[in-house]
Amino acid sequence: MLRYILRRLLLMIPTLFGISIIAFIIIQLPPGDYLTTVIAQLSAAGDLVEEDVIAGLKARYGLDRPMHVQYLKWMGNIMLRGDFGTSFEWDVPVGDLIWSRLGLTVALSLATLLFTWAVAFPVGIYAAVRQYSWGDYFFTGIGFVGLAIPNFLLALVLMYVAFKYFNQSVGGLFSPDFVEAPWTWARVQDMLGHLWVPMVILGTAGTAGLIRIMRANLLDELRKPYVKTARAKGLSELRLLLKYPVRVALNPFVSTIGLTLPILISGSAIVSVVLSLPTSGPLLLRALIAQDMYLAGSFILLLGVITVLGTLLSDLLLAWLDPRIRFDD
Amino acid sequence: MIARVPAPDHQEAINVATQWQLMWWRFRKHRLAMTSLVIVILIYLVALLAEFLAPFTPDEFRADYTYAPPQRLHLFLETENGLRFQPWVYGYKVEIEEEALRRVFVPDEEVIHEIGFFVSGVPVRLFGFLETDRHLVGPKEPEAPMFLFGADKLGRDLLTRMIYGTRISMSIGLVGVALSLILGILLGGISGFLGGQVDNIIQRVIEFIRSVPTIPLWMGLAAALPTDWPPLRIYFGITVILSFIGWTELARVVRGRFLALRTEDFVIAAHLDGVGQMRIILHHMVPSFLSHIIAALTLAIPNMILAETSLSFLGLGLRPPIVSWGVLLQEAQNIRTVATAPWLFATGGAVFIAILALNFVGDGLRDAADPYAR
Repeated sequence: MLRYILRRLLLMIPTLFGISIIAFIIIQLPPGDYLTTVIAQLSAAGDLVEEDVIAGLKARYGLDRPMHVQYLKWMGNIMLRGDFGTSFEWDVPVGDLIWSRLGLTVALSLATLLFTWAVAFPVGIYAAVRQYSWGDYFFTGIGFVGLAIPNFLLALVLMYVAFKYFNQSVGGLFSPDFVEAPWTWARVQDMLGHLWVPMVILGTAGTAGLIRIMRANLLDELRKPYVKTARAKGLSELRLLLKYPVRVALNPFVSTIGLTLPILISGSAIVSVVLSLPTSGPLLLRALIAQDMYLAGSFILLLGVITVLGTLLSDLLLAWLDPRIRFDD
Repeated sequence: MIARVPAPDHQEAINVATQWQLMWWRFRKHRLAMTSLVIVILIYLVALLAEFLAPFTPDEFRADYTYAPPQRLHLFLETENGLRFQPWVYGYKVEIEEEALRRVFVPDEEVIHEIGFFVSGVPVRLFGFLETDRHLVGPKEPEAPMFLFGADKLGRDLLTRMIYGTRISMSIGLVGVALSLILGILLGGISGFLGGQVDNIIQRVIEFIRSVPTIPLWMGLAAALPTDWPPLRIYFGITVILSFIGWTELARVVRGRFLALRTEDFVIAAHLDGVGQMRIILHHMVPSFLSHIIAALTLAIPNMILAETSLSFLGLGLRPPIVSWGVLLQEAQNIRTVATAPWLFATGGAVFIAILALNFVGDGLRDAADPYAR
């Protein structure tokens, strides 16, 4: 197991490196560099641009140096000092802006993942045991609908329905009283009350996919001879089902985290914009439109890192659950 | 779907049928996929004939009909000689809502606008060269208001704009998939055919791209497209960005097929006969997995369409004056607009139908292409 963990950790390094390169490219893509933007902004505000301020910024980001030096400086500042650069739109260090939003993104993604499991597990079993029943067709139908509606459209429609028929606003993650409040138990409760809307919207497609996988796997298991043997021995139907077939069919729940997590984090970006949630999506969008590139790049970097870490955890979990994986290398 | 064994008298036909015929026969049995195929063909026809099918042109606006709600279409008109087939709609009249003090459009039951087929309207150019002023449907008097799906904030006909949007949205799927196909076949083929260290590297790259959350990445890349680019270049820029990530799935399919076929007897035989590598790939291997690739392609189109719609919806993808489904949905972005003009959701319906139909066709093709499918 230790060898597997080590191998897996080593494999992670090139991936993280790749993500940092992509984030750096995105920071560099807009015409002009960070400094020109700052100078333009300062002179637009009527401030005198002082030579030594410019020189200081140049030195900090290595802007007059070649590309790879700039990259190393940028990475070095992040790794050694946790300095992600300055958001010129907000005029504060990027680090101050992103952490709470990233935290909420992770919370939302995890909640959605749990929701997906909680729904897909019983429904998948049901759809397999009662194959081709009305319920099976019903859930298959919902699944296809869930796959075909873009997340943001579902969010819009839900908002419209809530507004029109229940006269209620479903946007945001907190009630107005709690938006600025410090973390207390009441605030958590308030958040949970709001969390279910984006959770359901984000979870639809994933749930549909997981139900299909669970159903297919369980159907394969149920046809195997050992099930027949167990039934012949007089094992009760429920015990028979839960004891082995379900356990084997459960693997995809863990093994698909690696695939689902990027989709969830990616999907939450756009749903959050529609529902104006205080997660990373809306701020990333704003940063991109305003070309606040250090902020945008940091978001893309950290969202990528979170995804990679999540995938790592799911792989380790899977290796722990399924010995075939950790010994097969 | 269970591919049934055909009746014995057809056995003769099956023995000599080509691979494509077999596939088509299997596909035909899949009723959902067949229906979806018809729908997909219809949608692409709409895209092709947009100028003729749309009653107006996408930029034609009627400032006095902003946010006019959809009209109810009546099919039969009562005349002196009894009921007659003649589609018509009521005109609009404006009323002031007492409570909110805002203008609302209500049907004016005094005025009836007849709708005709092949009516003459604004001159358009079909396929880029065929000049015509005929439109499939339209009001008989050119000035009469006809908003079957309602009007947008500038008083433009939503139906017309949706029809024109079909062209951009559906074609971006095709162009994007074509680009991903080139990358996918090239890299997937190299990876699967050469194997070894090259395969390892390409696989790591694919894993890497798939592990990055796509929408933030797309957003970052799309935001970098200069705003002063002409529409056509933006269109291609977006397609390139979408296929930059889309190729991985195709490469995976191609590689899997290559790996499976590499050790097949007929490939080894060709190899031993001294056939060149290129010829082995093109003449022996590609034909046997082409059908799989087509199925994978069909399944990739809806993802492209969804991605374009999402990006344009955020304002990072295509921008007006281009009319795509995503651009149209962008107008429905905030809850206040949607509350006053819920018909703007209609475009979402078009997206939904197109995606669903393409998914079913892709599923059907995949089942039909796999001779070992249950």
